[in-house]
Amino acid sequence: MALTYDDVIAKYEPVLGLEVHVELGTESKMFCGCNTVFGAEPNTQTCPICLGLPGSLPVVNAKAIEYTIAIGLALNCSIAPYSRFARKNYFYPDMPKNFQTSQYDEPICTNGYLDVTVDTEEGPREFRIEIERVHMEEDTGKSLHMGGSTGRIHGADYSLLDYNRAGIPLVEIVTKVVTGTGKYAPEVARAYVSELRDILRGLGVSDVKMEQGSLRCDANVSLRLIGGDKLGTRSETKNVNSLRSVERAVRGEMIRHAELLNKGERVIQETRHFHEDTGLTTPGRSKEQAEDYRYFPEPDLVPVAPSSEMIEKIRATLPEKPSVRRKKLQEAWQVPDKEMAAMINADVLDLVEATVKLGADPTRARGWWLGEIARIANERGIGAAEMPITPADVAEIVSLITSGELTDKLARQVIEGVINGEGRPAEIIEKRGIKVVSDDSALMAAIEKAIAAQPDVAEKVRKGHVPAAGALIGAVMKETKGQADAAKVRELLLKHLGQA
Amino acid sequence: MDCERRWPDPKVIRARSESLGKVTFMSNISRDDVANLAKLARIDLSEEELNHLSKELSVILDAVARVQEVASADVPPTSHPLPLQNVFRVDEVRPSLTPNEALSGAPAQEEQRFKVPQILGEEQ
Amino acid sequence: MIKNSAVEMAKALNSKEISSVELTQAHLDQISKVDTDVHAFLHVDSEGALAQARDVDARRKAGEKLAPLAGVPLALKDVLVQKGIPTTCGSKMLEGWRPPYDSTVVSRLKDNGIIILGKTNMDEFAMGSSTENSAYGPTHNPWDLTRIPGGSGGGSSAALAAFEAPLAIGTDTGGSIRQPAAVTGTVGVKPTYGGVSRYGLVAFSSSLDQAGPCARTVLDAAYLHEAIGGYDRMDSTSINAPIPPVVEAAKNGNVKGMKIGVIKELQGDGYQPGVLKLFNQSLDLLASLGAEIVEVSCKYFDYALAAYYLIAPSECSSNLARFDAMRYGIRVGEGSAEEVMNATRQQGFGREVKRRIILGTYALSSGYYDAYYGSAQKVRTLISRDFEAAFSKADVLVSPTAPTTAFKIGEKANDPIAMYLNDIATIPTNLAGIGGMSIPAGLADEDGLPAGFQIMAPAMKDDRMYQVGSALEAALLSQWGKPILDNAPSLGAR
Repeated sequence: MALTYDDVIAKYEPVLGLEVHVELGTESKMFCGCNTVFGAEPNTQTCPICLGLPGSLPVVNAKAIEYTIAIGLALNCSIAPYSRFARKNYFYPDMPKNFQTSQYDEPICTNGYLDVTVDTEEGPREFRIEIERVHMEEDTGKSLHMGGSTGRIHGADYSLLDYNRAGIPLVEIVTKVVTGTGKYAPEVARAYVSELRDILRGLGVSDVKMEQGSLRCDANVSLRLIGGDKLGTRSETKNVNSLRSVERAVRGEMIRHAELLNKGERVIQETRHFHEDTGLTTPGRSKEQAEDYRYFPEPDLVPVAPSSEMIEKIRATLPEKPSVRRKKLQEAWQVPDKEMAAMINADVLDLVEATVKLGADPTRARGWWLGEIARIANERGIGAAEMPITPADVAEIVSLITSGELTDKLARQVIEGVINGEGRPAEIIEKRGIKVVSDDSALMAAIEKAIAAQPDVAEKVRKGHVPAAGALIGAVMKETKGQADAAKVRELLLKHLGQA
Repeated sequence: MDCERRWPDPKVIRARSESLGKVTFMSNISRDDVANLAKLARIDLSEEELNHLSKELSVILDAVARVQEVASADVPPTSHPLPLQNVFRVDEVRPSLTPNEALSGAPAQEEQRFKVPQILGEEQ
Repeated sequence: MIKNSAVEMAKALNSKEISSVELTQAHLDQISKVDTDVHAFLHVDSEGALAQARDVDARRKAGEKLAPLAGVPLALKDVLVQKGIPTTCGSKMLEGWRPPYDSTVVSRLKDNGIIILGKTNMDEFAMGSSTENSAYGPTHNPWDLTRIPGGSGGGSSAALAAFEAPLAIGTDTGGSIRQPAAVTGTVGVKPTYGGVSRYGLVAFSSSLDQAGPCARTVLDAAYLHEAIGGYDRMDSTSINAPIPPVVEAAKNGNVKGMKIGVIKELQGDGYQPGVLKLFNQSLDLLASLGAEIVEVSCKYFDYALAAYYLIAPSECSSNLARFDAMRYGIRVGEGSAEEVMNATRQQGFGREVKRRIILGTYALSSGYYDAYYGSAQKVRTLISRDFEAAFSKADVLVSPTAPTTAFKIGEKANDPIAMYLNDIATIPTNLAGIGGMSIPAGLADEDGLPAGFQIMAPAMKDDRMYQVGSALEAALLSQWGKPILDNAPSLGAR
């Protein structure tokens, strides 16, 4: 019998560990001068160094160091006065040297924390996620698995390797073991990644696009009996490509672990692959046969010893924390907490801010993003940010509503058009002939027609039963193909029927 | 002139250095140990090689294990012979190889990518 | 002409006595004559060499100011990448591979107008002391073709001794430039670590490898050292400081008032008597030139060999992981990527390389790291301290370069430890990162074969080696009356 989430949290408490990889947005790669543009033709951004050709040597990208220190500072970490690169040795075709130049026992940043707020039944609650370390490493090449039916590695006949991505600077952020989240573990995990993403975006160190892989999350989950102190066996889930997936993956793994434990079976320590379509995970490599990475200090690179001047200089350039920024926006827009949380949850805060910056009224902007657009995005199973409609579009629509050239109802049609790819708002209004009919005489004609068609309803209104007017207004809207300004119609109708 | 070549005499060198202290860690590498190492190192060693290496490496390890005699806790390790640090390069784009150059050594290629046989293991 | 020094050849080129094309052709002819017997070369680039020579001749004719060694030919150890030219590192793994880029050493040679004749034979991936580990057959010592020329850079030194080139480039990780120099009667220098760029040097042991000049005279080596040395931004371990004044030092060889430190642990029992005799005779000569001979003790040197045979295999096990049949090199076997990788590495690597990879993999394994690699790194510190202390008592330190003269091909091939012991005197310098030079000390009584005198200097004080080496070389020459190589048998005579 399948367990419900409530069943799970009644008996067990979850323990999390989150590993986030960020691709830094530097101009050139971590150890060589190759370009880092996303989507370039295969193997056009490679050189002897990132291809690992015999004889090649790495040289560290200064900007990558600065960015990593900035990340560490933003996460309240200590910056190591002395840190080193190490080789992580294992074989895989997407790794040109068959070792990854990374950091091991001397990472550049350690012991930080990030506070996140999650909406709970008892109101917003703050959780502190402790950060074990932030370190630098290099990304691998990309493989295309050919011949199989799914494009995934299982069942493929051969693979094609593109090393454009190999050597792009990667920062790994590892949390300490996260306990005490209880039933909110999935939300906390999601909030953590979301907050982290906002910080990284704010620092300008990465474009943090989860869909493009510049922000990747691996979620480690284990369960223990409530009140127990021994940690359960954990599983690691990869291929978590969106905030929503983070939440679903954690929840899914909690249920899966509980089902096993309830049956008396044990959880296998392994890496699992998350599937967007089902929300479930399937096993990958068994971590019990974990490779021995044989870490040793990278002899081709010398230690990194950032001076305190350098660190303070970077600290001085740190932008305002997202939580501070959010508080300011909340005050400026006069938004209640619940609405604020809703915007953050629906991941539309940045979009709303961008829309407001273009001149739109904050409340209207919020209304459209949280309402119509988020609704359609949900239906399609994507995030509002991925919808083919921009803050500029929404700002334009809001201004047209304000000036009376659009009604809310008509605006919805325009939004539909933009999302369907018919063009920008102005073009759609033109093409579809959308026009608010607010010309009194035209409206009166329609009103009189409606009254004539429903005389008994009109009589009711004359007699003081104002709500009945709704039917007549509806008829007028139908007659005018929705282009009438409903508020105006109501005004004129009631006046006409002596109820103004 | 052809002489019995006896230099350097391992016994002589050994005797001199053994006077500095006894070896504390005796190493014995079995054929199975070698097989596991070969797996880690991705080399398909033959059975004969596995057995042979087991003997050879045991002897070599026995000889090199003596580093433990003097590697006390208060001696820091050297990983770089020179006291260099903070060697960086400016974040600027420099010319890459052309795809032809990059793929010039490829045993197989397709669509401007390196073609490799079916990969069994999972990505890390 | 081919028996002259590079400096003499450069003079002749400058005075237009001979053109670079003629000089290059003369060497190509010598290669054709003797290399079937010596097998110093894996690849001879006649076309490329002559084209380079033509270019230099044209520039000289046009009155362009050229570098001191412009137009002089050179043999390049096959471990350095040269664009478009086969680079094998003495291994089947890279058979047929033509790199798409030049190593910094090669770029600098080209900038200096030095003519690269071809790539020389070596122990596979620089692992060995005899060049018997080459997948393409051994090189034969020009002094006695049944003997080894030393290793791993036997090809480069043999080419010099056989007059196939006046200059050569070698690489030295545990003695691979110096020991071949010693057993072939030539000069070989390992600069201070970081003194010559490693960009394009196929890595064996990254914290020990160093490329260096090889020649028949100390002054030739000095000029070559200046041509290839210096800071390189492509190598993070490159020293950002001017090259020590090696040419000046070589020109002004003088040991008056210098303290020469004899390392107690690098002589005595275990060294061939004839080799020790030559060493002591050289010490006497130096004393007669005004140097003060002092004895120093470096007690941790007895652990150097052990530390080296942990560090080098460990680093190499990682450096050689890239050879996996996916991007370059040979590919053998059927089945999955993993199966092809395993089969290719089995067939592509020779015995010594496989031995060291397995040893290195073990030494780095979790659970064993501290006992082996970790401990070896500590020994390194102790050896550096020994050198520091010794250098406080002496300006340079000296020893015989190698314990024996050239042994017969096949004699030590089945005894790895006996083979490793060839590097016992050279390894400490690599571990400490300081410079070492070998110059011919004479011919050993027992067998009439060359032995080398090793000079070591503090880090970045390479000029001292050249100063002492040049003084000793001149004194020995005046004692012998003729260059040592005049005693070598004539080759190619049929």
